[in-house]
Amino acid sequence: MHTTNLATAAISRESDHSPAKYDLARTPLRELNQALHNVQPGSNGTAFEVINPKGSHAVAVGVNAPITVDVRGSVGYYCGGMNSEGTITVHGSAGPGVGENMMSGTIIVKGDASQYAGATGRGGLLVIEGNASSRCGISMKGIDIVVHGNIGHMSAFMGQSGHLVVLGDAGDALGDSIYEAKLFVRGKVKSLGADCIAKEMRPEHIAKLQELLDRAGVKDVKPEEFTRYGSARTLYNFNIDNAAAY
Amino acid sequence: MTYQNPPTIPRKSATFDDYTLSEIRRAAATGIYDIRGSGAKRKVPHFDDLLFLGASISRYPLEGYREKCDTTVVLGSRYAKKPITLKIPITIAGMSFGSLSAPAKEALGRGATLSGTSTTTGDGGMTEEERGHSETLVYQYLPSRYGMNPRDLRRADAIEIVVGQGAKPGGGGMLLGQKISDRVAEMRTLPKGIDQRSACRHPDWTGPDDLEIKILEIREITDWEKPIYVKIGGARPYYDTALAVKAGADVVVLDGMQGGTAATQEVFIENVGQPTLACIRPAVQALQDLGMHRKVQLIVSGGIRNGADVAKALALGADAVSIGTAALVALGDNDPRWEDEYQKLGTTAGAYDDWHEGKDPAGITTQDPVLMSRVDPIAAGRRLANYLKVMTLEAQTIARACGKNHLHNLEPEDLCALTLEAAAMAGVPLAGTNWIPGKNNS
Repeated sequence: MHTTNLATAAISRESDHSPAKYDLARTPLRELNQALHNVQPGSNGTAFEVINPKGSHAVAVGVNAPITVDVRGSVGYYCGGMNSEGTITVHGSAGPGVGENMMSGTIIVKGDASQYAGATGRGGLLVIEGNASSRCGISMKGIDIVVHGNIGHMSAFMGQSGHLVVLGDAGDALGDSIYEAKLFVRGKVKSLGADCIAKEMRPEHIAKLQELLDRAGVKDVKPEEFTRYGSARTLYNFNIDNAAAY
Repeated sequence: MTYQNPPTIPRKSATFDDYTLSEIRRAAATGIYDIRGSGAKRKVPHFDDLLFLGASISRYPLEGYREKCDTTVVLGSRYAKKPITLKIPITIAGMSFGSLSAPAKEALGRGATLSGTSTTTGDGGMTEEERGHSETLVYQYLPSRYGMNPRDLRRADAIEIVVGQGAKPGGGGMLLGQKISDRVAEMRTLPKGIDQRSACRHPDWTGPDDLEIKILEIREITDWEKPIYVKIGGARPYYDTALAVKAGADVVVLDGMQGGTAATQEVFIENVGQPTLACIRPAVQALQDLGMHRKVQLIVSGGIRNGADVAKALALGADAVSIGTAALVALGDNDPRWEDEYQKLGTTAGAYDDWHEGKDPAGITTQDPVLMSRVDPIAAGRRLANYLKVMTLEAQTIARACGKNHLHNLEPEDLCALTLEAAAMAGVPLAGTNWIPGKNNS
């Protein structure tokens, strides 16, 4: 199982300032991730390019420095998992769990994202320029997620903190059992989950949403076009009369 | 009352016993199920139903005070660059900061470190107290991911992916508002004082194929250094062990129904999952069928109390055992010295299990500053170390009597069973016979 590609390493850097290029058709995943982890503070070699990912899992996981990683193609599970400080761009689509438990930094997916995008993320910004599937932002703990398209069912399930911004529509059971995460949806919401309600857009929410849209590079969209959703807080302490909600 | 009309004495129902009647009355009054800590309290077939045969003409014993009986165990040798070596095959099970007080967590770390073994975080993240006082610390990776971060992953000595636990296979965690202090709330990114429900499934994987990819991700994040354990509740031990091995686990942790929890429904604890004794042989069989016995290590937990239990679990094929409830008792849980206070809580020493309420007189399962100050982490850690030493000496005593120079050399052939049930579950002969129920179509 796991890394079985024993081909000779294919790493190149054309000049001191050009990105180090890793060809995953020829280089083991292990070598790529180790190189990303080995970046020392103050190093000039902070730019990386990954070609031929071909759906590889765990690409650029555990990044722990302010580096840039451009992945040319689509990736499998958990790309950018637990990212700290890195800026990772997927020039393709991402499989399940992109940016899971990320701490800080930025992950941009140019295409679509599968299930659990940004799951349990604690910080940083995850931008999905296409659509995101079900359970986007599940159990989010401080991450900011901006989805240009639509999101699937059960998104932001048990969301604890952070912001989920959706320019398109949301699927069933949005924000089920949500805690203090804030959700902004511009389009339709198929249904709301248990204890999730529409809320007033106050000036501080407009300002926060504008900031998130700016950081995500979204233009020509006004914060006023969104509806805010969050917790009704009726399930925070168990009450037998709420049992039917579970 | 005459001879012609003799009375019967009042007769209580075996089905509707006193406890059952009290539970019906409690349910009728409150409208909510009973929540409590600890593991199954019902009587189930257990290690007490097994006996060692000892040496005889065909097996000669080792000298108790002169001949060595090794107790070391290496965990994580399958894939990890840095497997861990423990001096004794008894580890401290995962218990969260939040369910336990900080001094209690520190005491567990101190006791484990004095004994050359590991302790484990829980569903609440890693605290500085336990990292600082635990020479070998296993970091749990749970569905809630409370407090999960790559720094702690990298400073752990091993990582335990929790799929389930014996007290509640298929259930999530529960920490009621009384115990969500400022510090606990901050570590879990939750509002103070709410009833916190932990998920029962991991948020970003389902099934064995996903688990394999999840393990790959964690190995990549930690540069393949750390042993990765997979913890399962005693549900389907043969298949769950086989699937954990297939997914790439270095170690399988198998927790039977007597294993404790901080809080869950009484009905769940007592009615879901299998006894520890019934889980070990199927798990070992799975490892043997895959050619992985002793290559992927098996840690068994749930109702381990003394050196005999340790020896029996190892004889059935485990590489190590883990203790939770027993470790808490060594720290001072349910100690009769607090009987007056237990009485005020409507219970008695030895029966106190409302750990979720945060009122523990012993200061262990609480976040109350006054109560938790009753735990002296240094003294409590020493008591745990003493207890672990006694368990180890007891297991060695039995192993030597069976002629073994390492606890791992104990084998099922050293055992017999006192009951048909235990014989069938443990796969050893009923005492006085050569009959193993279920074997050879018998």
